[in-house]
Amino acid sequence: MFVHLQGPYSFLLGRFTLAAIPYNNAIIQFAFAFTAIAALLVIGPVLYFRKIPYLFREWFTTVDHKKIGVMYIILGLVMMLRGFVDGLMIRTQQVMADGPHSPGFLEAAHGYLPPSHFDQIYSSHGTLMIIFAATPILTGLGNIIVPLQIGARDMAFPTLNAISLWLTAVGAALIMVSLFVGDFSAAGWVGLIPLTELDFSPSTGVDYWMWAIQISSVGTTLNAINVIATIVTMRAPGMRWDRLPIFTWTTLSTSIIGLTSFPILGVALALLGADRYLGTHFFTAGMGGNLMLYTNLFWIWGHPEVYFLVLPAFGIISEVIPAFSEKPLFGYITMVAATFAIAGISWTVWLHHFFTMGAGPLVNSFFSVATMVVGIPTGVKVFNWMFTLYRGRLTFATPMLWAVGGLFLLLIGGLTGMMLAIPAINYTVHNSVFVIAHFHCMVLLIVYAAFAAVSFWFPKVFGFRLDETTGKLFFWSFSAGTILVFTAMFGLGFMGETRRLDYLFNTQWWPALVIEEIGIGFYCLSLLMFFVMLFVSIRDRVKNAATADPWGTARTLEWLTHSPVPFYNFAVTPHVNSRDELAWRYANNLASTVPDHFEEIHMPRNTPVPIIIGALAFGFGFGLIWRIWWLTALSLLGIIAVVIYRSFARDKGYHLSAEVMTQLEREPPLGVVSESQYLSEPPLGASGARPLGHAGAH
Amino acid sequence: MAIKTLAPDEQPKLWQFGQEANDMISTKTLGFWLYMLSDALIFAGLFAAYGVLDHPMNTAGGPTEAQIVHPIAAFWQTLAVLTSVFAYSIATVAVKHGYRQMVVLCILAAILLGCVFLALELLDFADLYAHGATPQVSGFLSAYFVLIATHGLHMAFGILWLLVMVVQVIRLGLTAPVVAQLLNLRLFWQFQAAIWVCVYVFVYLKGAI
Repeated sequence: MFVHLQGPYSFLLGRFTLAAIPYNNAIIQFAFAFTAIAALLVIGPVLYFRKIPYLFREWFTTVDHKKIGVMYIILGLVMMLRGFVDGLMIRTQQVMADGPHSPGFLEAAHGYLPPSHFDQIYSSHGTLMIIFAATPILTGLGNIIVPLQIGARDMAFPTLNAISLWLTAVGAALIMVSLFVGDFSAAGWVGLIPLTELDFSPSTGVDYWMWAIQISSVGTTLNAINVIATIVTMRAPGMRWDRLPIFTWTTLSTSIIGLTSFPILGVALALLGADRYLGTHFFTAGMGGNLMLYTNLFWIWGHPEVYFLVLPAFGIISEVIPAFSEKPLFGYITMVAATFAIAGISWTVWLHHFFTMGAGPLVNSFFSVATMVVGIPTGVKVFNWMFTLYRGRLTFATPMLWAVGGLFLLLIGGLTGMMLAIPAINYTVHNSVFVIAHFHCMVLLIVYAAFAAVSFWFPKVFGFRLDETTGKLFFWSFSAGTILVFTAMFGLGFMGETRRLDYLFNTQWWPALVIEEIGIGFYCLSLLMFFVMLFVSIRDRVKNAATADPWGTARTLEWLTHSPVPFYNFAVTPHVNSRDELAWRYANNLASTVPDHFEEIHMPRNTPVPIIIGALAFGFGFGLIWRIWWLTALSLLGIIAVVIYRSFARDKGYHLSAEVMTQLEREPPLGVVSESQYLSEPPLGASGARPLGHAGAH
Repeated sequence: MAIKTLAPDEQPKLWQFGQEANDMISTKTLGFWLYMLSDALIFAGLFAAYGVLDHPMNTAGGPTEAQIVHPIAAFWQTLAVLTSVFAYSIATVAVKHGYRQMVVLCILAAILLGCVFLALELLDFADLYAHGATPQVSGFLSAYFVLIATHGLHMAFGILWLLVMVVQVIRLGLTAPVVAQLLNLRLFWQFQAAIWVCVYVFVYLKGAI
């Protein structure tokens, strides 16, 4: 039934042999040393301070949407770091390997990376940045903020939420493993067909790529279900649809996109998997396969995925700009309409990724026009933001800098997108780095919005503000890098540089390549600034302790509860009276009004089921990649058994009595950050049910 | 939109006291409907792939559609899956009236009919294999087998779930969480029948013409 494989195979270890570990490659050795040191820096203190029981009890088994969101964001930031190192390696290779006289180092004829290694690096750069950096960061933000913005106690399905997180983490873990055991796909992050077929990529690289994406995208789909159900059924009383904060609206639309598009990616990858494992002929070049079927299916997911990422980014910008302009958002209803218009159109433009397929003028015209139509709702959004800024009382705090900086990227990325929407232009610049520069502007807009969100909501989650001075240095060095790298890249695209080149033949490109490398230097500086910012912020956390609304001008419901948010979110569910509820309470001098009494509340209990399912999913994926069938079968049976076992468990959660709630809300620890709280014991907001379980559980 | 200010004597309601309304069944049902939407899209993708590869060019010299589909044989499968859904529907009526034994009996009947469906499908596959029509022969046969086997896998998973529910109804009774699951399973089971109707029309009936 399974395809015949070349190379050694054993029942116990599948395709795995010791030769699969690239221990003799200098770059991998360096990467391993770097990863090991980084891991030791994290794991060492954890072991030294005996924090493993704490981590397991409070984080790994948590069902608290805020902690899950924080873990999503940490995962995304770590993967973004790795994706950045990949980008740095790509840029350095290109600047070193320009022209026939460029020297070669290590095993390379030019530069320092042989072609097969270079191909793996750009493939992992794209996969990591899109699927394991941007997606988890935005999912994590949605996880933290949406239930707070709608006044909910948690997500609709807290356990499922944790399962989504661990499935995403499994995908990231598989990609990390691929660095040291076996290799990674060399067929681009989109999986260029038929290069991904077994005949052309016989190693496990494509399998790593395929199963990492497949497993994590199951997590993303489940999270989308959870978010939609939460927003539809768990809004606080008075939170009518016309009062829903814009970030919640965009997260809703993005989840609808995710729910409807990720299954198509699942089909595309599953059919590719059938080709690679069962020897079917969906996408083979002969035997009745159809190459463009894969490309179409992939981009039917791929383009909605772009808007899946960009819509929450728009939502973040729509929250940050009004808060720092001290004005309500201009054109709330048109903003919501534009969000859903973009989400709807996202389904009808996928073919613009391959106009050169040769579908004919009618088909190309349709997709060209559909692509340009996206510009209309996006333009509505840009003008709404501009009118919000117009005559506002502007404060350029760090979140505002990131949000406004993102607008410039949207402008450049959007206008070049309009150029690419014209098939005639597209035929000329297809596969050139002009396209790369265009979509990096769009993806960087998402990154800018993500950093805006992180600095904006950080005090809400952790109880102290990030340092402003180093935060601004971080912003400006990051922006300098962005401008240098991508301005030069637009030029190189016009000069004819195609994408994914490990060797460049044209020495006239060299000055532009050097400018790009200098830009990478600024990115490295910004990375340093990021860590300095974290260090300074944590050092000065007492000085920077946050009140419920640390910015003083926030507008939406999440700023009504304490900072850091207690594990139960709101002691008493707020009754919503207005769009921008907090701004309304400020205007009516009600913002400091607290409930006069407290009542018993119900909370879900922590459970190890999600992380067990995650561990089994890792075994499932690893077994499939190396074709260790017993491991795959056992893991799959294990998952089914755990799910069935869980369906019999009647965990009703626990209650916090009115007395406990009164004590929690009236006594000082809440919202006040003392040094000892952060160093020894978790702050109250993060302490979960443990100390209260006895008092409140029934 | 300017912010509304309250009249001087107005007393706004700021907090919602009283037990929070948490309709577990409706939230779970909505969540499951959303899950079924994602499942529907998996089948949409597979049907699209089948539509592309269902072309004489994609048979690569192997058997064509008309040579491998048997609408009469597949009609018995259609009957099996539809009566299975009918049996399950009677079970849900019994849930309404609280007849636990009837619920168990009807679910067992649904399981039996589901097994009949799967057995007929496996016999059909075995027949095709015996004639050398395997998924590895051509792009068309790949699409044919994967589409139908994916539906078959869903059916097998549904049977497993039905078995679990039999045990739950016997051991736990018709409690709210069990009923929520029974309602979701009804949706899942009817959905598989609906997909089979699409398969029967677009693969078996259209292919035989």
